[in-house]
Amino acid sequence: MADFGRRDFDVPRADAAGRFGEYGGRFVPETLMAPLAELETAYRRARRDGAFRRELDGLLTTYAGRPTPLTQARRLTEALGGARILLKREDLLHTGAHKINNALGQVLLARRMGKRRVVAETGAGQHGVATATAAALLGLECVVYMGEVDVERQAPNVYRMRLLGTKVVPVASGSRTLKDAINEAMRDWVATYDTTHYVLGSVLGPHPFPTMVRDFHAVIGKEALAQSRRLLHGALPDLLVACVGGGSNAIGLFHAFLPFRGVELVGVEAGGRSLAPGEHAARFGPGRAGVLHGTRTLLLQDEDGQVLPTHSVSAGLDYPAVGPEHANLAALGRTRYVSVSDGEALEAFHLLSEKEGIIPALETAHAVAWAVREAPRRRPDEVIVVNLSGRGDKDVPQVARREGVEL
Amino acid sequence: MSRIEALFAKKSPVLIGFTVAGDPGIEASFRVAKTMIDARVDLLEIAIPYSDPVADGPVIERAHVRALRAGATPETAFALVREVREYAPALPVVLFTYYNIIHRRGGDRFFAEAAAAGADGVLVVDLPVEESDEVAPFAARYGIDRIALVAPTTSPDRQRAILYGASGFVYIISIEGVTGERDRLSPGIARLVGAVREKTALPLAVGFGISRPEHVRTVVAAGADGVIVGSALVRTIEEHLGDEAGMHAALRTVIARLRRGFAPDPEPDILRRERVEG
Repeated sequence: MADFGRRDFDVPRADAAGRFGEYGGRFVPETLMAPLAELETAYRRARRDGAFRRELDGLLTTYAGRPTPLTQARRLTEALGGARILLKREDLLHTGAHKINNALGQVLLARRMGKRRVVAETGAGQHGVATATAAALLGLECVVYMGEVDVERQAPNVYRMRLLGTKVVPVASGSRTLKDAINEAMRDWVATYDTTHYVLGSVLGPHPFPTMVRDFHAVIGKEALAQSRRLLHGALPDLLVACVGGGSNAIGLFHAFLPFRGVELVGVEAGGRSLAPGEHAARFGPGRAGVLHGTRTLLLQDEDGQVLPTHSVSAGLDYPAVGPEHANLAALGRTRYVSVSDGEALEAFHLLSEKEGIIPALETAHAVAWAVREAPRRRPDEVIVVNLSGRGDKDVPQVARREGVEL
Repeated sequence: MSRIEALFAKKSPVLIGFTVAGDPGIEASFRVAKTMIDARVDLLEIAIPYSDPVADGPVIERAHVRALRAGATPETAFALVREVREYAPALPVVLFTYYNIIHRRGGDRFFAEAAAAGADGVLVVDLPVEESDEVAPFAARYGIDRIALVAPTTSPDRQRAILYGASGFVYIISIEGVTGERDRLSPGIARLVGAVREKTALPLAVGFGISRPEHVRTVVAAGADGVIVGSALVRTIEEHLGDEAGMHAALRTVIARLRRGFAPDPEPDILRRERVEG
């Protein structure tokens, strides 16, 4: 167990241009500069407005189901024979993942800005479902762009969005995954921003999105900090683990813990089938600084700057770039990033289901898999918190198919 | 005097044609450029093919895909500029690119290569004025114009900031949205051209959505010095894949029709209603 926590790390803040060190910023076509400035102003006002915060907190509590528990994973801990494992249960939120924190925040903000329509991209479908849900709740029209590959492998979520009254638009361009869905959502927004807000689903994109999305998810870490102090008699966990696609659940969990250098922070990327180009989404090894979707960050690209295809069994991690704040925290040595393969994630998917009665999302299973690898190497008095960012119902048909089971 | 300055000094309005380097194939791409020049395009805008062209609509996006599938790279674009330079020594050429292409290569190397190939200007579609310091010194070092973009959403203050560092000509985006043909142009285009005109002595060219002679006429009447046509030409290529002779004939027809928008006298109604085909 880490000590009571000394604040010995100065958390870097984004500058006025939205830069985190050498990463971040705003690299978009001129037409989007005014809408982004409008959004930045509206968000700055909203976050200072007690009424906005109360309304969001109210929805998070009475609609989404916050706070989420910190569950002791006793049988998993016992099976691994090492560090004690705690699970931050974002999977218990309404719609089944952390994504609802941000979706409610942004859709509330959209309504406040007088927008009557929202668009979103989705990979695994969790952000799409969360946005569709928030839009239904608050009475806004909603369109979600989703790569054709993801429409196929996350079919249950596609139908959920349609049930919620959202129009799902399959995207056939490029790699037909999350990256291409973001391209389409941006193209929609650039033509419709008068009436439309783009609910970007991760800590990606041009300023102010990485900061705003992080703020909406920071509640995860604030709760986890208080809960671990209660559970550990005032002490802090030794290690936090979260999966990282764009990195929203990870930054949400990490942020409250950043000042305490004694708490190790690990993000888990998709190692895919192998670490050959196109076979994975592990940005922190082969990735080089580049500009994609409006931000400068670590990017999987070839020597000409063409964005490389990625692969992961999990749609939500299948993305060639990462949130700029993660890239900066890694450069500062405050966080580190590892990858686990498709196979390890699938094993962890089964293990957590059998040992704890929790079926995790395949994205989340990557974080679990790394904890499975790491826990036995650590002492029993050490504590690992795994962010259980989402539940796996959406993945059940896909995993069954992979394993030759007919449902 | 640069080639861009010389062009606008002797001619107004001008027709600017857009093509993606490597579309529909690496060698075929030069033949397309040659046909466009022969059909009296005054300035050529050559896009470097990119994997994620988010400012472009579906027609131009598919051209990027075709070019990349054909194996095109930034080097293909530089080679095309060299070939055009040889074929039409006085014709100004502007490279159109997404920023990551420059970022990956490094600004110094990119602008050195662009200049060596004979490019006159570079337009970076996703590099706003706030971030333009990343390329400005290199553009200046190699004597390349930085073509500035002004959108309908650009405030007067931003217009001033953008125009401050601009050279060559100013690219005015006519519509709120991505590239692609539209039935009608934004009614605010005359006001936008007028507002930019007050703030700069540079020539003004209007692009995005222009595909018919009446669009050209509207833009010229609004006071622009040039019109930029992209998707209408790229679509012509796409519609004639596998029929190169037909493709070149159609390109010539489309360009000739667009040029009719420059004619001082309005066309008969029958022509005005006709869509630009091919």
